[in-house]
Amino acid sequence: MGLKSSLHNLKEKYKGSKMAPAFNAIHTFLYLPNETTHGGTHIKVADDLKRTMNIVIMSLIPCLIFGMFNAGYQHHLALGEIGRATSFFDATFWNWDNLVIGLWKILPLVIVSYGVGLAIEFVFAIIKKHEVEEGYLVTGMLVPLIVPIDIPLWMLAVAVAFGVVIGKEVFGGTGMNILNPALTIRAFLFFAYPTWMSGDKVWVEGAVARDKAIMAGQNLDAISGETVLGALAQGKEVAYSTWDMFMGFIPGSVGETSALLILLGGLFLIFTKIGSWRIMLSSVVGALAMGLIFNWVVSSGWITESSKFYGLMSTVWWHHLVIGGFAFGTVFMATDPVTASQTNKGKWIYGFLIGFVSILIRVFNPAYPEGVMLAILLMNVFAPTIDHYVVQGNVKRRMKRLKVKTA
Amino acid sequence: MGLLSKKDAKLITDPLADNNPITIQVLGICSALAITAQLKASIVMALSVMAVLAIGNVVISLMRNIIPSKIRIIVQLVVVAALVIIVDQVLKAFSYELSKTLSVFVGLIITNCIIMGRFEAFALANGPWKSFLDGIGNAAGYGLILVIVGFFRELLGSGTLLGFPVLGDPIEKTGLYAIGYENNGFMLLSPMALIVVGIIIWVQRSRNKALIED
Repeated sequence: MGLKSSLHNLKEKYKGSKMAPAFNAIHTFLYLPNETTHGGTHIKVADDLKRTMNIVIMSLIPCLIFGMFNAGYQHHLALGEIGRATSFFDATFWNWDNLVIGLWKILPLVIVSYGVGLAIEFVFAIIKKHEVEEGYLVTGMLVPLIVPIDIPLWMLAVAVAFGVVIGKEVFGGTGMNILNPALTIRAFLFFAYPTWMSGDKVWVEGAVARDKAIMAGQNLDAISGETVLGALAQGKEVAYSTWDMFMGFIPGSVGETSALLILLGGLFLIFTKIGSWRIMLSSVVGALAMGLIFNWVVSSGWITESSKFYGLMSTVWWHHLVIGGFAFGTVFMATDPVTASQTNKGKWIYGFLIGFVSILIRVFNPAYPEGVMLAILLMNVFAPTIDHYVVQGNVKRRMKRLKVKTA
Repeated sequence: MGLLSKKDAKLITDPLADNNPITIQVLGICSALAITAQLKASIVMALSVMAVLAIGNVVISLMRNIIPSKIRIIVQLVVVAALVIIVDQVLKAFSYELSKTLSVFVGLIITNCIIMGRFEAFALANGPWKSFLDGIGNAAGYGLILVIVGFFRELLGSGTLLGFPVLGDPIEKTGLYAIGYENNGFMLLSPMALIVVGIIIWVQRSRNKALIED
């Protein structure tokens, strides 16, 4: 008897019992369910929720793998053991040594994220007696990619529990949430444990441990793993070329450094019609617009080098796209179909404001250099309002047309 | 019950759970969010509100037949303002540090919706004894939530309770901190208080389905 049929038997055996949703979930996760929906009219399509989620996960895998290599690369680079990688396929980057550190540090993040999140989903499904939903599959993959590599695992577990319960389950589960759960988790971490989510230590593996050793009196050099945004916010010289930033050979959250791979993932999402190109495009336009405004403010002499905003304001306008988590947020978070605007015109407004506000927060609030997280959460809240006015506007226009015709 | 009749006892016990001013009527939220970062401040705030509400209820109840209904709000405001000033002065005299922590929120008891709400809804229509019990009951219901929220916020946010370090020393790394535990800074921010109140409301309503409105 194969796994599929034994799972099926188990499912039949526990049908109607309290634990039924848990068995059904395992069955549905591994195989196509062998039952049809009951009642009502249905459209038969191949892209069910599970397939949609899997496509998003597939588009995230390159970022995850790159993040693993980058973890080791940044570690060795900070220790001064290797030189800078010069091209994308440089062997100083893509080697076994780097990957081992990445696997060692990042796989636990993935396991904790999925383990805690799915456990809560199962518990809620059993309490509320509904089927386990696939909603957490993407969130569980996003979370390890948007946290610093050195984040303690228990903090991640607490944050995931908070994000899934408060961000999603209290609203009724997958599809009912107002805020993007992955960003809720990150925002929780950011406000709860700011020392682990910002500064120049947490982004490079080993920097925190090294810091502790120095405090204990050992004679070692401190590792500085400042992110590009962190350096700019303090008006420091940036040690990375634009090419490095585009490739992703910079310190940052695990999976958000490589604009190149995010771009590829984004194109894949657009090609498969999973992600909305309207949101991605308008968000980029919004960010560029804000970047141009700031550049213009600097060039017309309103802001001088003595200003604390000078560093980020004078950043070349399109550089904002490749530094920080903007690209990752735009492609994978802003396009979340549940929390984004639903109407096409609404998507343009929603995306544009995300880009616009991201750069605004990034520049004006050096305490929160990563503005894209807060911008997306803010626009998540406004998305239904935008939709409402778009729909009402349409109703009004058509009413007017009707009146003109009948008059 | 010897001391109180069944009806009177209900005036006190009802606001503690099924008719709680914060979790059911959703009144007095502002102060519940603002001053609950420490348990001590929560307790003092709860006691202050209890004093103001109980005495105020009695005063209004005694005057209920002579207050012209057109100016009753102004009369109520005068009563509550006078009481709040007394409480504020007492706090300043006997516990200056704490009154500094509570800062403007003692004065803002005047605008606490629970107080005006009870004056309007209860004291104007009932005798002084009943009004007194109602004041105690509602303030206790309010205080109960404040203490619960304050307990969790101080414990998880600062690792202390009433100022005593119960989880160890975060700087010396003793107790829980020795194994890597850290205080949750989010707990000290007001949004988290709102979430804690929300969780209390959630738990209460899922235990008592009769409280769920559509």
